[in-house]
Amino acid sequence: MTTLDSSKEIKKNNSEVNETHEDFRMFGLITFLIADGMTFAGFFAAYLTYKAVNPLPDGALYELELPIPTLNTILLLVSSATFHKAGKALLKDKNSDSQKWLFFTAFLGIIFLICQLFEYFHLPFGLTDNLFASTFYALTGFHGLHVTLGTLMILIIAWQSRINGGRLTSQNMFPLEAVELYWHFVDGIWVVLFIILYLL
Amino acid sequence: MTISIDPQKTNNEGLQPKGWLRYFSFSLDHKVIGIQYLVCGFLFYLIGGTLASAIRIELASPMSDFMPRDVYNQVLTLHGTIMIFLWIVPVVNGAFGNYLIPFYVGARDMAFPRLNAVAFWLIPPSGLMLVASYFVEGAAQAGWTAYPPLSITTPQSGQIIWILSVLLLGGSSIFGGINFIATIIKLRRPGLKLMQLPMYCWAMLGTSLLVVLSTPVLAGTLILLSFDIIANTGFFNPVLGGNVVVYQHLFWFYSHPAVYIMVLPAFGLVSEILPVHARKPLFGYTTMVFSIMGIVVLGLVVWAHHMFTSGTPPWMRLFFTIATAFIAVPTGIKFFNWVATLWGGKISINSAMLFSCGFIINFVFGGITGVALAQVPFDIHVHDTYFVVAHFHYIVYGGTVFIIFSSIYHWFPKVTGKMLNEKLGILHFIITFIGFNLCFAPQHWLGLNGMPRRVAEYDPQFQFVNQISSLGALLMAISTIPFLINVFLSVRKGKDAGDNPWNALTPEWLTSSPPPVENWEGEAPLVEEPYGYGKEISELK
Repeated sequence: MTTLDSSKEIKKNNSEVNETHEDFRMFGLITFLIADGMTFAGFFAAYLTYKAVNPLPDGALYELELPIPTLNTILLLVSSATFHKAGKALLKDKNSDSQKWLFFTAFLGIIFLICQLFEYFHLPFGLTDNLFASTFYALTGFHGLHVTLGTLMILIIAWQSRINGGRLTSQNMFPLEAVELYWHFVDGIWVVLFIILYLL
Repeated sequence: MTISIDPQKTNNEGLQPKGWLRYFSFSLDHKVIGIQYLVCGFLFYLIGGTLASAIRIELASPMSDFMPRDVYNQVLTLHGTIMIFLWIVPVVNGAFGNYLIPFYVGARDMAFPRLNAVAFWLIPPSGLMLVASYFVEGAAQAGWTAYPPLSITTPQSGQIIWILSVLLLGGSSIFGGINFIATIIKLRRPGLKLMQLPMYCWAMLGTSLLVVLSTPVLAGTLILLSFDIIANTGFFNPVLGGNVVVYQHLFWFYSHPAVYIMVLPAFGLVSEILPVHARKPLFGYTTMVFSIMGIVVLGLVVWAHHMFTSGTPPWMRLFFTIATAFIAVPTGIKFFNWVATLWGGKISINSAMLFSCGFIINFVFGGITGVALAQVPFDIHVHDTYFVVAHFHYIVYGGTVFIIFSSIYHWFPKVTGKMLNEKLGILHFIITFIGFNLCFAPQHWLGLNGMPRRVAEYDPQFQFVNQISSLGALLMAISTIPFLINVFLSVRKGKDAGDNPWNALTPEWLTSSPPPVENWEGEAPLVEEPYGYGKEISELK
């Protein structure tokens, strides 16, 4: 039978623990993005089910125009690359270059949102017209919300990467890396959305 | 990259209030947050219990004479939502998880302490909002499932407040889940291997995976539902070409795992309590771990067994019946492991042990009716009857709530440094156990004979059995009294517990009671055999 003495034994036999741990903020962010991705997965599943089992009434079918969404896809893919450039520049302590790339990325994000709004205003259907219309606006709108938040975050870290007094340095890369990961995630979701919503 | 913890910096002394005031502050201490979760959850349990009593008073007679029928619908909706989202999920995950997991992994706090506090402080406002919706234009009436088109056609304001509240609680749950995953995987003390963790860590890891994977789907679904209600879209509204079954699929994709979110942590907690009070190692540690992970995987692919009457195609019925029946395998393994842990042990009959044994008895009953419900022909017969109500409460009350009480009796000495009164504890157990079984066992019979659930009136032939059930509910309500007296008396003048009154080996008992702010005076102990009971000291590593 074990008694308290044994637990005291356990208490004593450790001495080499140092009070440091690795940085797991990125791990937490990835877990969060998986959760966020599941929200989109739910929306996509709903959309695909509707497409399969709920035929639209006659005359409601509408072929989506491709030029604007294709442009948007290119915009987001380029912005992913420019964001990557910003990170590389910061790593080499070129803060002003990094800031330029970040502002350019945010600019691309804003252009994306403007194009998206332009598309909304020129579509022949509104939010409540039919099931396809509702799902279309819900999916693109939810994604647009992510782009809006991402653009705001990019502007914030662009401000923080200023040369004098900025928090963002090559020693403190985490804010930039976190927003970059989020931005790549939003881009990835867009590519899936583009394929499912526009191409399929 | 590594982050070094500067003890001077993380120790928030001076910044944080002391004494009881800290429980009302934005404290970052995982132990304070755990107690905040527990007490907040218990207050909502009292509200939810009052609502349950109201339901049983109404059902004591076949006519709707105690309250109007629409109020009855609001009461049952609030009862379900409060008990699930504000009592069971926060307490069995948030409260015990926050209190115990950092001890078990040998850490000084959770991985993200601020996120942890945010997750807790989302709960009181959303809970109060939910309760307050009753006084606006009436609370939601569509049950905790909020099935459309019912939820679209009932009064809007209550339903919208319900959705907002559940979205906030879901957010809290996701933040908690992220925190637990990061803490268990990343914050383990150096030298502590995954397979040496106490079972509750594994249970919380599995639960948190379910939370992170399934809760967001519910959030998305409820956002779409709120569009249907306020923006007149037609996602789930058949009148506008929508599809109600899609809602059911998405809802149950969360809400079936939610059952495991409610019961897996209880599996973990009972695996901590039984070895201590039976003085035996936990039987089949490895099979327990694989069972938990098996339940997590299977739990994600069984949701449509809630929808056998929703026009599901035959292949779907077949798949979900088989998948559901498979869950009985890992669950059965766990059940037999617990029994084997008790087998031949030196069992102390105390309140914690009694509640744990009560759990095993109730849970096997609920498990058997669960397997029965997975069979399509039987399920179609009893769908939406009191049989389902009885099954669910056997799992969630007879299972999880029994374990919550068991855990309170087990860990109260650690949290407060005082012992709870055993006589009052045993009285509490006896009244709860009799009351619970008296309340819910007859409901199986009611369901088999066709009494539908969620209806204020019923066929007069069911009156006698319903009155037995209501008597049981009365006993359950009474059972709270000795518990509350016990807690209040023991906090003030309970017997001193010492650091380790149960002679337990898991890490939380190797520090003082109550534990200091950063859990250990020196370094965290390395516990390689948390269940090494009954062995010679020399055999322990």
